[in-house]
Amino acid sequence: MNNDILIQVKNLTKHFPITRGAIIQRQVGAVQAVDKVTFTIRKGETLGLVGESGCGKTTTGRTILQLYRPTAGEVFFRGIELAKLKGKQLRRARRNMQMVFQDPYASLNPRMNIGNIIAEPLEVHKIGDRQERRERVQELLRLVGLSPHFLTRYPHEFSGGQRQRVGIARALALQPEFIVLDEPISALDVSIQAQVVNLLAQLQQTFGLTYLFIAHDLSMVRHISDRTAVMYLGKIIELATRNELYGHPLHPYTQALLSAVPIPDPIRERKRQRIILEGDVPSPANPPRGCRFRPRCPSIQDLCKQKDPEWREVAADHWVACALYN
Amino acid sequence: MAQRVLEVNNLVTCFKTNEGTVHAVNGISFYVEEGETLGIVGESGCGKSVSMLSVLNLLPQPPANVSADSIRFQDTELTKASKGEMRNIRGSKIAMIFQDPLTSLNPVLTMGFQIMEPLRLHLGMSEEEARNRAGELLHLVGIPEPHDRLSDYPHQFSGGMRQRAMIAMALTCNPPLVIADEPTTALDVTIQAQIVDLVKRLRDKFGMSLIWITHDLGVVAGLADRVNVMYAGFVVETAPINDVYMVPRHPYTAALLRSLPRIDGSQEEQLESIDGMPPELLELPPGCPFAPRCAFTKDICRQQNPHLKEINPEHWIACWVDITTGKVR
Ligand SMILES: Nc1ncnc2c1ncn2[C@@H]1O[C@H](COP(=O)(O)OP(=O)(O)O)[C@@H](O)[C@H]1O
Ligand SMILES: Nc1ncnc2c1ncn2[C@@H]1O[C@H](COP(=O)(O)OP(=O)(O)O)[C@@H](O)[C@H]1O
Ligand SMILES: [Mg+2]
Ligand SMILES: [Mg+2]
Repeated sequence: MNNDILIQVKNLTKHFPITRGAIIQRQVGAVQAVDKVTFTIRKGETLGLVGESGCGKTTTGRTILQLYRPTAGEVFFRGIELAKLKGKQLRRARRNMQMVFQDPYASLNPRMNIGNIIAEPLEVHKIGDRQERRERVQELLRLVGLSPHFLTRYPHEFSGGQRQRVGIARALALQPEFIVLDEPISALDVSIQAQVVNLLAQLQQTFGLTYLFIAHDLSMVRHISDRTAVMYLGKIIELATRNELYGHPLHPYTQALLSAVPIPDPIRERKRQRIILEGDVPSPANPPRGCRFRPRCPSIQDLCKQKDPEWREVAADHWVACALYN
Repeated sequence: MAQRVLEVNNLVTCFKTNEGTVHAVNGISFYVEEGETLGIVGESGCGKSVSMLSVLNLLPQPPANVSADSIRFQDTELTKASKGEMRNIRGSKIAMIFQDPLTSLNPVLTMGFQIMEPLRLHLGMSEEEARNRAGELLHLVGIPEPHDRLSDYPHQFSGGMRQRAMIAMALTCNPPLVIADEPTTALDVTIQAQIVDLVKRLRDKFGMSLIWITHDLGVVAGLADRVNVMYAGFVVETAPINDVYMVPRHPYTAALLRSLPRIDGSQEEQLESIDGMPPELLELPPGCPFAPRCAFTKDICRQQNPHLKEINPEHWIACWVDITTGKVR
C-alpha cells in the first residue's frame, strides 16, 4: 500500500428533503443522512466503513459515486472534483468507480441472463463487439470463480453467494480502480461469506483495486480493511488504521460498539466487559444538538451540548470527533 | 443428574411441495435440562425454526408432516397431547420469542392490551392487576416510562423496544422454558448486546431453561451451556459449550469456526472457506449431507449417513472420520 490519495471527501453532506402536501409539495424538514464527512481513501487500500443501520453508510457510498447529488461538500477522484465533470469526462470517471450492492436477490435484473447482466456496462460504454464482449464476460465469470457456461442462465438459478459473484463480475467489467462494496456479504450464510471475502481480497491483489468496504459486521471489517471509519447518525466519528482502531478505540461510541460484538470463543466471551449503551439511535431527521452521540454517551461533558466536536487527527493517522480529545 | 424439561426423540419433519418433498428435519434428538441454556446453531435453512415449530405443534399439517418417537415436556407427552393441552402449554409453559416481533404482535392493538391479555386469560388477573403487572414487566425489561408506553401501538416502539416487549410477554407467566428463535438477528449490535444482557439477567433471576437459536456463533458462545450444531436437518455435533468451540470434532463445525473473523484479532490469517453450498433438501445425498463439501470425505461418507456417536463424555458427533487423525474411526 502507498500513500497516494485516490479519493478525497471534503465536508460531504447529503440531506434528503422531507416534504408534505400532495399537489404543492413543501419541504418541512430533512433527513440528515450524511453530514459534513471528511476523509481520504488511498490507492490500493481497503477502507472499512462501519456503523449501525441507518447511520448513513450507503448514502456515503452512493454520494461519493455521484449516484446521489451531494447537498454540500466535494468529492475528488485523483484530485479532480467529480461534481465539476461533464459529458465524456464524467463517463470516464464513472467507469473507474463501481459499486457492488448488498442484496444479491434484488440487485440483479431477474429477466436478464447472467451474460447480459455482466455485459451491460460494456454495452453502455460501447466497449468491444458482440464476440469480444462475450469473451470478456466468460473471462469475468472465471475470475469470480463461476463456470463460463453460466452465461445463459438466469439469476433465480443461483444461490446468494453465486449471485454476489455475478455482481462482482459486473462491477469488474469496466476495469475500475475503485469499488464501493455495500455490505457485499451481509445477506450470505456464514460459510459462504469467507468465500466471497477471500475472492475480493484476491481480486484486489491481482488488479490493485481500491475498496470502500461498507459493513455492519465489525469482525469482518477488521479482517478485510487497512483502515476503518466508524459512522454514527450521519457523522464519521472515528477513523484509524485497523490495528489502531480495534486496539485503541478513542471515541466512546467506537468503544461501546466494539465491546458489543460477540467473539465465537466461550472462554474469552465470559471474561469480557461490555459497555451497554442505553436507548436507541435518535432520528436523523432531528439529530441532537451538539455531539450527536451525546444522549447515549457514557462520558458526556458540558461542551458536548454546545457544539459539534471537531474532526481532529489526534495521533498519526488516527482521527476522532469527540470533546474528550479536543 | 438434572431433570430434563424437554426431551425430543427422533423428530422428522418434511413438507410436501409441488417440486417434491422437502426434508427439513431428519430424525433429530435433543434435550434441555432444568435451568440450562441450549444453543442451536446452523446456517439458514438447516431446520432450526422448523424443528422448534414442530415441537410446539405450530406447523399446519399438511403441507407439513411431523413425526417423532416422543416429545416429552415435563410430565406431558406432547405427541399425544390434545389441542387444548398444547394451547395451554404454549400459553403458559413454553414461551417463544421470534426474530421479528412485528409478525407476532397485532398492529391494531395497543402494547398494553397485548401484554395484559395473557395475564387475564392464563393467570386470571383483573383489568387493574393486569395493567399494573404489564407496567412492571415493561419496567423489568428496561423500557422507560413503562406505564405510559402501555397505550402505544407496536409501530411506535423501536425494533429493540419491541423485542424487549416480546421478552416481557414471554415472561408473563413465568414459563419453565423459553425458546428464542434468532431474537437479535434483525437488531444492530449495540441493541443485540442490550437484549442478550437482559435475557441473561432474567434467566439467572427466574432460573428458566432457554433454547437460543441463531446462526451467529458469537452470540451463543457467551450464552449457552451446551450447543447443537445443525446441518441440512441433522444435528451433526452436540457438546458442552467449551468443547464445541475449543475442540470441535465434526468437520463442519471445525471449518465453520475457522471461517469466522474475530473482533479481537485472535484469528488473523486467511479465512478458511467451505467450498460449495448446503445440499438441496429435496434430494438429500444418500451418505453424510456434508460429504460433498468436507475436507475429510472417505468412501463410506458418500454411502452411509453416520449416526450421532459419543466420542468423549457428553460430546457427540455424526461423522465417520476422526479429524484429529484423518482416518475412519
Ligand atoms: N433515498 C432516500 N430518501 C430519503 N431518506 C433516505 C434515502 N436513503 C436513505 N435515507 C435515510 O438516510 C439515513 C441513512 O440511510 P443509509 O445511508 O441507507 O444508512 P445505512 O446504509 O448506514 O444503513 C436513514 O435514515 C435512511 O432512512
Ligand atoms: N412451509 C414450508 N414449505 C416448504 N418448505 C419449508 C416450509 N417451511 C420451511 N421449509 C424449508 O425447511 C427448511 C428448514 O427451514 P427452517 O427451519 O426455517 O430453517 P432455519 O434453520 O433457517 O430456521 C428450509 O429448507 C425451508 O425452505
Ligand atoms: Mg446500507
Ligand atoms: Mg429460522
